[in-house]
Amino acid sequence: MNNRKTILTYLGLGLFGILGPVLFPAYTLSIAYLWMMVLMASTWDLLGGQMGYNSLGNIAFFGIGMYVSAIVQVSIFYPGGVAEYTSAMGSIKPEFTASQYYYGIFLGLIAAGFVAMLFSLVFGSFMFGLRGPYFAIGSLGLAIAVAEITTTINYVGGASGISMPMFPGDIEFRSVFFYILCFVITVIAHFLLRWLYSTQFGLAINAIRDDEDKAEAMGIPTRIYKQIGWGITAFFMGSIGAVAGNMAGFIDKEVAYPIPTFGIFMVAMVLLGGKGTLWGPVLGAVIFHIIKETTWTYLLGWQWVALGLILIVNIVYFQQGIMGWLQSRYPEMFGIVVDKGHVQTKKQDKAEA
Amino acid sequence: MLDNLQLLFVWAPIINVQIILEGIFLGAVFALSAYGLALVWGVMNIKNLAQGDFVIMGGYISLALSNYNLSIFIILPLVMIIMFFYGLIVYRLMIKRVIDQDMFTSLLATFGLSLLMQQVMNLIWGPEVQIIDLDLPVYDAFDGFVTIPSIKIISLILAAVLSIAIIIFMKKSRTGQAIRATAQDPRAARVLGIDTDQIYAFTFSLNSAICGAAGVFVSVIWVLQPFYGITYSVRSFAIVTAAGLGNLPAVITAGFGIGLFEKYVGAIIGTAYEVAAPVSMLLIVLVFRQISMRKNRQAVK
Repeated sequence: MNNRKTILTYLGLGLFGILGPVLFPAYTLSIAYLWMMVLMASTWDLLGGQMGYNSLGNIAFFGIGMYVSAIVQVSIFYPGGVAEYTSAMGSIKPEFTASQYYYGIFLGLIAAGFVAMLFSLVFGSFMFGLRGPYFAIGSLGLAIAVAEITTTINYVGGASGISMPMFPGDIEFRSVFFYILCFVITVIAHFLLRWLYSTQFGLAINAIRDDEDKAEAMGIPTRIYKQIGWGITAFFMGSIGAVAGNMAGFIDKEVAYPIPTFGIFMVAMVLLGGKGTLWGPVLGAVIFHIIKETTWTYLLGWQWVALGLILIVNIVYFQQGIMGWLQSRYPEMFGIVVDKGHVQTKKQDKAEA
Repeated sequence: MLDNLQLLFVWAPIINVQIILEGIFLGAVFALSAYGLALVWGVMNIKNLAQGDFVIMGGYISLALSNYNLSIFIILPLVMIIMFFYGLIVYRLMIKRVIDQDMFTSLLATFGLSLLMQQVMNLIWGPEVQIIDLDLPVYDAFDGFVTIPSIKIISLILAAVLSIAIIIFMKKSRTGQAIRATAQDPRAARVLGIDTDQIYAFTFSLNSAICGAAGVFVSVIWVLQPFYGITYSVRSFAIVTAAGLGNLPAVITAGFGIGLFEKYVGAIIGTAYEVAAPVSMLLIVLVFRQISMRKNRQAVK
């Protein structure tokens, strides 16, 4: 895509992001979820698309972030601590003042990101020796194990869950507040990824995807790159998990570790949009969200079946995704010139001329 | 936890007999579904994440059939036939198209299938935990410390007969030989006149039928719930990664091992960890494989 188109796209998306909740106040939370899904898809693509490590367990960081932010938010201002708060099973509703709440949520958000990142380092230490399908299965097992183990920790409420602090403002401002959080985190993540893909880091992870053994032989410290990649993913998954936990108001295993829903949606969104491209996940998330909301509205009771079918059809029959299809159909749009078997960019063409 | 250990090994060691028996009954079911997985994995390189859901579906079909007061000896072949054709349909519509794509595609496609099957079963049979009660006698042993329902013994014998039949089929029959030939080298098999597409279809359907049989045993000795499938898939994966492909004795041993492990974890640490146990087992197996591979600077591929 050339510069003008990119700027126009950002302008359009930015305008939609800012004006969305103003124009459609009833859909504020729905659009917030849209940004959340864009973030999930984009960060999944960092590993799955750009690095070739297809993780089915990124959702574990989402849940870890959720629980960490709950612990931080409750324990810094509630004198009894989290253990007392959770053992009361929601009967204690401490009144946080507005400034306490906001302070808590921002601290929780950042703590969630960093703790999730730490976990990704621990998990990575024994997961990155696995390649291909073993990594996918292993990470899925990891997510299930983390979910199951969380439910047995009584400190965070065990199987009965934990209710988050009440939002101090009124209900309309609540959705706008969470909308802003989701939007800002997504924008930060997008530009970070955009910048990363243009640096040497992007080249290195692409080399890992194409042939890890050769990349290692060329002297690329693959393990460090893999750890950094997963760490970035985990950071954003953790902090968006913190936001999602506060949005939901109550967290338990089903909310924190939605393995069969968001855990698989993020992969489906990337595949729908196109793997290994910057805009594919964004486009895929937008289309997937629209499909999801429509089926939710019109196919009550059968929505999951419809989604499963869409997923299968997408994976089996439409592997390359929308961006991939566009790229092979209209290569000029992406600045790729197909010329006698050579693939050159327009810039190179001009330089040669 | 210490109390449980004392109970098991100091006060009433006889309870161990019960746990070991339960572990063996479970292990037989796990070994069956894991063998199906290894078959499909080895022959057509499809990693079927919907394996557990095939098991649960077989269980639900046997639940539906048991309403007609049929005995298990009739239900078992019926379910296997139905599941065989179901597998054939799934192969024709879906698996056929992902065989020559990369590994992750098949993994994800079968995961999608797993979600779809869960939801459809949830819509048809409801989210409640269900069980078939065939009203067969229950035996006591060791002053009532150990109870053995006769249905569990029947299931174990049936599972053994079934696996022996499968082994003989794979070793002796023409189709079994063709399956093994295709697993070794599909191109050479095609040159020698084997219709590999048909062999793939048959293998996948056979796997589906084996899962159906496992499902029948699950439904009579354990409980059914539409969303329990994933744990069976994970157990199968743990068994196959530990035992390797095409090594049936190892698969059966690993199946019994994971059954015992799970029961002992449940008895010692607490039943809350019974789901976490097979998953952690999978991770432990994967980590061990990595350690042994890393010595030669290789990765688990």
